[in-house]
Amino acid sequence: MGNVEKRDRRDLMSAEKHKPIVVIGGGISGVTAAVELAEAGKEVILIEEQPYLGGNVVKMNNYFPKLCPPSCGLEINLRRIRQNPRIKVFTSSTVSNISGKKGNFSLQITTSPQFVKNSCTACGECVEVCPEERPDEFNYGLTKTKAVFLPHEMAFPMKYTINEQSCKREACNRCVEVCRYNAIDFTSKEEKTEIEADAVIVATGWHNYDAGRLDTLNYHASPDIVTNVEFERLLAPNGPGQGALLRPSDNEPPKEIVFVQCAGSRDENHLPYCSAVCCSASLKHALTLQEKLPESKVKIFYIDLRVSGRNEDFLNRVKEHRNIDLIKGKAGRIEVDSVSKKLIVEAEDILKGVKKRHEADMVILATGIVPHKFSDMVTKNEYGFLAAKQQDGIFAISCSKQPMDVSSSVKEATAAALRAIQI
Amino acid sequence: MKDEGRIGVYICSGCEIGNCIDVEKSRKVASDEYKVTHADVHSALCSVEGYDYILRNIGEHKLDAVVIAACSPRVKTEVFDFSDKILLERVNLREQVAWCFEPMAEDTRMAADDALRMGIVKVKNTAIPVPFIANDISDEILIAGGGITGITAAIEGAKAGYIVHLVEREAQLGGKQLELHKQYPTQAPFNVLVDPVLEEKLHEVNRSKNITVYTSTTIEKITGQPGAFDVTLQNGSKQQLRVGAIVAAMGWTPYDPNKLSHLGYGKSKQVITIGEFEMMVKENPNLKLPKNILFIQCAGSRDENHLPYCSSYCCSTSLKQTKYIRELSPESSVFIVYKDIRTPGLGEAFYQEVQNDDQVFFTKGEIDEVLPEKEHLRVTVKETLLGDDISLQVDMIILATGMVPAGTDDLNLGYRLGKGLPELKYNFADSHFICFPYETRRTGIYAAGCVRSPMDIAACQEDAAGAMFKAIQCIEATKRGESVHPRSGDKSFPDLYMDRCTDCKRCTEECPFGTYDETEKGTPLPNPNRCRRCGICLGSCPERVINFSNFSINSISSMIKAVEIPDEFEEKPRILVFVCENDAYPAIDMAGTKRLKYSPYVRIIPVRCLGSINKVWISDALSCGYDGILQIGCKPGDDYQCHFIHGSELTETRGENIQEALQTMMLEPERIRTEFVEITDYHKIPGIINNYVEEIEEIGPNPFKGM
Repeated sequence: MGNVEKRDRRDLMSAEKHKPIVVIGGGISGVTAAVELAEAGKEVILIEEQPYLGGNVVKMNNYFPKLCPPSCGLEINLRRIRQNPRIKVFTSSTVSNISGKKGNFSLQITTSPQFVKNSCTACGECVEVCPEERPDEFNYGLTKTKAVFLPHEMAFPMKYTINEQSCKREACNRCVEVCRYNAIDFTSKEEKTEIEADAVIVATGWHNYDAGRLDTLNYHASPDIVTNVEFERLLAPNGPGQGALLRPSDNEPPKEIVFVQCAGSRDENHLPYCSAVCCSASLKHALTLQEKLPESKVKIFYIDLRVSGRNEDFLNRVKEHRNIDLIKGKAGRIEVDSVSKKLIVEAEDILKGVKKRHEADMVILATGIVPHKFSDMVTKNEYGFLAAKQQDGIFAISCSKQPMDVSSSVKEATAAALRAIQI
Repeated sequence: MKDEGRIGVYICSGCEIGNCIDVEKSRKVASDEYKVTHADVHSALCSVEGYDYILRNIGEHKLDAVVIAACSPRVKTEVFDFSDKILLERVNLREQVAWCFEPMAEDTRMAADDALRMGIVKVKNTAIPVPFIANDISDEILIAGGGITGITAAIEGAKAGYIVHLVEREAQLGGKQLELHKQYPTQAPFNVLVDPVLEEKLHEVNRSKNITVYTSTTIEKITGQPGAFDVTLQNGSKQQLRVGAIVAAMGWTPYDPNKLSHLGYGKSKQVITIGEFEMMVKENPNLKLPKNILFIQCAGSRDENHLPYCSSYCCSTSLKQTKYIRELSPESSVFIVYKDIRTPGLGEAFYQEVQNDDQVFFTKGEIDEVLPEKEHLRVTVKETLLGDDISLQVDMIILATGMVPAGTDDLNLGYRLGKGLPELKYNFADSHFICFPYETRRTGIYAAGCVRSPMDIAACQEDAAGAMFKAIQCIEATKRGESVHPRSGDKSFPDLYMDRCTDCKRCTEECPFGTYDETEKGTPLPNPNRCRRCGICLGSCPERVINFSNFSINSISSMIKAVEIPDEFEEKPRILVFVCENDAYPAIDMAGTKRLKYSPYVRIIPVRCLGSINKVWISDALSCGYDGILQIGCKPGDDYQCHFIHGSELTETRGENIQEALQTMMLEPERIRTEFVEITDYHKIPGIINNYVEEIEEIGPNPFKGM
């Protein structure tokens, strides 16, 4: 058996000997990396561009395959952040520069003007008096909020935020007058903060592919042609219809719904790769839809059903559902019938060897994952994802690196936490 | 807190609280009823002035405890942070009183006053936890299994400065990697196969001073707890190790092809598996191959008669082996019959690379029959893309067989609840939580690789690093005497008053994490570092001998009794609501944030889990005169959301017991109700509460009222 001699041991968690680890991106991956590191005893700085943590998942109605709400796990993670003194969070902030090398990085953080100070109690009186409106990007512009708004009910930090573009500031000043906590300050300026770090984890995440670029799918031709991420909002209890799924054009419940898989994915003119999550996401949508509208009929046109591992059970649930049809074939064209206003989806059924036109009340485009743009200071691959191999001490993870689901993203974040403490 | 403890009570009048209740009158509850050391109101406790005022008070009045009656404890946490020597209690007057009840109504005032009473008695019956920190905590880590996952875990842990012990049953490290010729690419360039990572990894293992390798070695027994696991290894002789945490990486075995005779296996030597083909190519670089070769994908996978799941690695492996064939034997053609080609993510580029070869033919289809003919094999395929059934004459068939998890029983845990890790469906020792893939029901022991879920080599290496990190984190938390996820940082632990224990074994059976061992007689032996502080043992104990310093039978009982129960003739029912702090409490908060109104007759007590509710609290509440008891927690069942696995399910198994208690008290069964909610169900909260209140009003008052 082995015999152990000299060891290479270090005092890893000592704050005196180590600089913090910086995590860029406060979605599920970044939040996980930060929380896991802090609970191991490391000092962590978490930087998020939005005024709240949670990234894409907090906009999701539920997760596959359990159909459980993402905010359940987020709540636990936020509690872990709140009670952990080793995590410092910068929201509304971006990284404008990274220099140095492992064990000695220096980063510049730019924080946008904070018109709402931390003394905000989220009492909501400002919203009552605010006269301006803006499209709510949390709902992908499907609804509006006032210029001052709470990003969502579980926002962390729990405070309101003011949209710079739509607010008239001192010219209006009503929120300033009504706020009892002197929380609004229009003189706030952009701030720059210099920080040092041992290692940097980049978890800048993704957004969905621009459906407007898919000419034949006519995304802009009807409000009833929506993307999969918009559909999440339409299903969500805190979404535009408070969870009652209604067709955007006339607020009627849709009866026939078509899902178009690989909308722009596995397509050399758009995204040549597979986004790994859209199949499972559409299956989830179909099941959720059936819970809400049990009489609706669903058709899903796909190339391959990529539902790996034990999620096969989940696929079988959908296959056995009497109101859901899975059809192997690509949907080539979507049109709006000029008379009936119905949507017409032209799609092939490869197994039957036919091409047919299908009427639908709503069409969901399963658009893929596009990595968020991030600084040229890190290496990218041919698709714009951050390369797996970076300069020592910089770790690109999760959907900034390649498309993957939540569970895999969280694994990546935890693995990156280990690599970050090896420095 | 000791009886003479000095308490300061601070009531905030901000955020509509002052418009909703007479804070001055509520202050009198604290100062007159409870005669606390200091009680005051303030217009914004969370402001800098408010905070400074409390801080000054703590010094001036030498306070031991501070009760903040203001917003929910889920907000302004960073502000109300005084000192770890000060006991802090947050009374939720904003989200759960002012924002959901009618302003200035008598019922609202009563609710606020009761909330305050509960907060004050709670601190009186609570102590600041003194963490359990054992002497000589080991921060070395055991890895069970020396395949690619175990090796990677060892290297990554060693690089982080931890000492690791890598145990492999076979004579050499490597596992399935030893049988591998090449790996398929998972990043560009996708047109080249890559060498197995094993050789380079073995060099790293040899170079590392922090890794000790034990080959031809099994684990005879593991006892103990995080920070102090005692491991007995067996290799002809016994060896003892003390480690702080464990990574379980036992890997997988290929599905038994002898069960696939319908696909020709065993009927013809020309039918082999992808594993066998891999070995053939590895052993013979000049392998001669026949003209027509067929891959049958999902051979015994995605099949209810065999493996119902997808093994994730087989599609890409067959594509890789297709490249072997085309390179070794350019004359050969390859046919691939599949259900779906699953090359998710960037793997699509590798699929395209193989698709571009015009001697490789793909078709979706189901194999109808494989018939060995003289020198060939005749294969009929149904449900193909070409419409009709097709018949192929091939010279060789390669079956893409799936993975069977090896299981973790070889850990030989000396735990009351079994030798291995608990398993999900199909014997994978995985977490049930999407957000928390390293959730484990055996604290300090983390599964990694294919024992957990089917995955390929790249994914195994990520998983190895993730599981190793969790092992390290558990050790570091144990050093601080803190719990790990989900009650991370909690320094309390179960304290057992053994004199009254009757060895009934309920705590040892119900703890989801195997915290308790037991003696032959059945006496529980707690291992505090295995504990996750859910309080299920506290809820299970009929003798009430299990308590946490900050969550105890007495603290909750005192809260229940602190509420003023109006006389019967006043027609104001009181409903006690136990809410799980994880999902139900935030949902009720958000109902408040959305200003949804519900009955002010409810009195809310947060608990760690529905499973932590002790029967004595139910009988206390009923004998105090509460008219009904509502328990709201996380969803149980196959897709459970309970953060403590079966905590909310226990309300059902324990329910019978409680119904018996109701019967002996001659009370209606409806006086106890359990409801399961998701965190996003805030809009359902008013309905759940109001319906229950109505139902109780119909039943009428609890006859024990006023007795």
